Amino acid sequence: MSTTTSRDLAEPANTEPVKARPRRGPRGNATFNFWVFTGPFLIGLLIFVYVPIGWSVWLSFFEARFTVTPSTFVGFDNYRYMLENENFTGALLTFTVFAAIIVPTTWALSLGLALLVNRLRFMRAFFRSVFFLPTACSYVAASLIWKMSLFNGVRFGLANTVIGWFGAENVAWLANPDPPWYWLVIVTARLWLQSGFYMILFLAALQNIPGELYEAAALDGAKPGWQTFRHITLPQLRATSTAVILLLLIAAYQAFDEFFNLLSKTTWGRPPLVELYYTALGDSQDYGAGSAGAVILTLLIVLVTLFQGRIMGFGRGEGSK
Amino acid sequence: MSAMSNSNWSRRSLLRAAAGMTAAGTLAACGGNNGRSGGSSGAGLVQYFHAYGEAGTEQAIKKYAAAYDKAKVSTQWITGSNFESKLFASLLTDSAPDLFEFHPQIQLVKSGQVADLTDIVAPVKDDFNQADIQSHTVDGKIYGVRMIDDPQFFFYRKSLLEKAGVGVPQTLDELIEAAAKLTTDKVKGVYLGNTLQAVIRPMIWAAGADTLDARNQPAYHTDGVVEGLSKMRKLFTSGDLLLDAPADYWDPSALTQGLTAIQFCGMWAMPVMQQALGDDLGIFPFPKVGDAGKPSVYNGGWSMFVNAKGDRVEEAKEYVKWLWIDQKEYQEDWSLSYGFHIPPRTSIAQSAAKLKTGLPAEGVKLFSEYGHFDNIGWTQAMIKATEDVFADSVRKDGDPEASLDKCDKVVGTELKKLFG
Repeated sequence: MSTTTSRDLAEPANTEPVKARPRRGPRGNATFNFWVFTGPFLIGLLIFVYVPIGWSVWLSFFEARFTVTPSTFVGFDNYRYMLENENFTGALLTFTVFAAIIVPTTWALSLGLALLVNRLRFMRAFFRSVFFLPTACSYVAASLIWKMSLFNGVRFGLANTVIGWFGAENVAWLANPDPPWYWLVIVTARLWLQSGFYMILFLAALQNIPGELYEAAALDGAKPGWQTFRHITLPQLRATSTAVILLLLIAAYQAFDEFFNLLSKTTWGRPPLVELYYTALGDSQDYGAGSAGAVILTLLIVLVTLFQGRIMGFGRGEGSK
Repeated sequence: MSAMSNSNWSRRSLLRAAAGMTAAGTLAACGGNNGRSGGSSGAGLVQYFHAYGEAGTEQAIKKYAAAYDKAKVSTQWITGSNFESKLFASLLTDSAPDLFEFHPQIQLVKSGQVADLTDIVAPVKDDFNQADIQSHTVDGKIYGVRMIDDPQFFFYRKSLLEKAGVGVPQTLDELIEAAAKLTTDKVKGVYLGNTLQAVIRPMIWAAGADTLDARNQPAYHTDGVVEGLSKMRKLFTSGDLLLDAPADYWDPSALTQGLTAIQFCGMWAMPVMQQALGDDLGIFPFPKVGDAGKPSVYNGGWSMFVNAKGDRVEEAKEYVKWLWIDQKEYQEDWSLSYGFHIPPRTSIAQSAAKLKTGLPAEGVKLFSEYGHFDNIGWTQAMIKATEDVFADSVRKDGDPEASLDKCDKVVGTELKKLFG
């Protein structure tokens, strides 16, 4: 992080002398401008984020089925129900498993792709685009393709055809949770969809590494390949890697579409958002319990954010370093 | 903040103002499109239908609506597999439909969501299948108009059973055996749908149990059902069950494309299957589970409800009366011209030539002999609880007793909320 930020810091200094010039226009009041420009966004934030959060907290203390304007106060019953509900606590575990698989695999795959594309001498733009293209595909569309043609359970499904060449029996990838093949379907779908995007981030970072470093390393006797990668490339990618891992974690936390579309009528393989969707918006329409779950989830996110803020030092001013 | 006061003030401010306006525009746009075509001024009714699989159904529903001259009726044809969720979610909003099709479930009555239709049904009450009237009645009031009855049972390829030397299964054990004998490297023995949810109630009834008893107490937690669950687990893990087929149980293609020899499906798919397979097609009910059991058929179906919380309750009721009470020609067309359904109106059912002979007549016989209708007290939350039982103890290796205990808890809470 230090190399790029220190360069950025130097630049604003050049604009300092201009600051003295008087402001023009009758409304040149900083406070007024501040509200004019941030007002709309703040109103949006208030209406679409804070009011719903407040409303959920309120709903979570009521018996609210088939209504969002309930009247029966039930105290902490909904919280007790959600915390005793194995499906909800299981969902937190499901998410953890999912993040533990998807974050490292996407990180490794997109870094690998970036390294490969970066070394290409010709058709680089072509391959960059080809690997980036899946990002433009919707998760729902991809899930349907994965479910209906690649990983369907009949003999002519692509995956079953391939394993059939080696004499293996047909596998019911999604219907049968034992062994949990559904993870393979879910993880490959997401890998295909998101790796290209993170590859671009890595590619940009790779191109930012000064060539002199490699020259110097070569002069000092570092062998090309693993040694150079381990001691030059990887450390230089630290800032990007951290950012990619954070983005991946957030994306994993928001995962919904592929779980929702690939698995149905299950009690497994449901991350918290899917579980809460079924509780609050699905068949049972229990907004009270759903909101209680959402509040619990929010508290967990706050805790995790504070914790990782301490570890990673995000949000701390540059001066405190 | 220093950027605000530098010499680029005007260019930056333009950019920011543009961004602000875009944001404001986005906010404003949120209120506009609510999916209604009529707008606030027109006297338009909105109706929700789930997407029927048979060709021509959507056009038919729209044709009936266009023939109504007292109001403009627009149809939302809801595709996808989760009609319930979309319907329930939209009922809470301003863009809720004025009328919708669904199954009779008491929570809709208790929460005041569906309107009392007694006054439009009462005059022709005797012409309805009495079981359909009963399943829509709470405290003497009738809350929905049945459009179609859909018996669900097994369809099988006669030729494949003959070749394998298998008779029509009379018990669940025989079905499991038959599945094993029928399975080859190309064809699986049996297809029950990818999630098995369609056979839950038939299995409960075939085990001699019921969803709820007459006093609205749970009646599904019996030794017979436990036995049935372990047998279903055996079938699920045998490798003779078709799983993860591209189309679910309600679609006839698993059978017509030769993926399976026996498929659980509904009477609606009969015309397509007959067209594809000709006479090589037979039907049988869900076979009995254990000695105390009895073969069973789920008489599902769809009914029309009026959204009591909408602003056009009277108009919607009038439309329901016009189409689903008065227009017998359309009702017959809807029951018999696309998929096969049994008309709930006795007068139409009796004159329906298509249901008089051959396989459709056998279907009607299963319907009346082994059929179980919806119980209005058996709500979506309870249905979901039994789906979890199947997920945990059939698709997963869970203990049937434990998963039924878990189900008891959910159903108990639900019953307490509904009946006190």
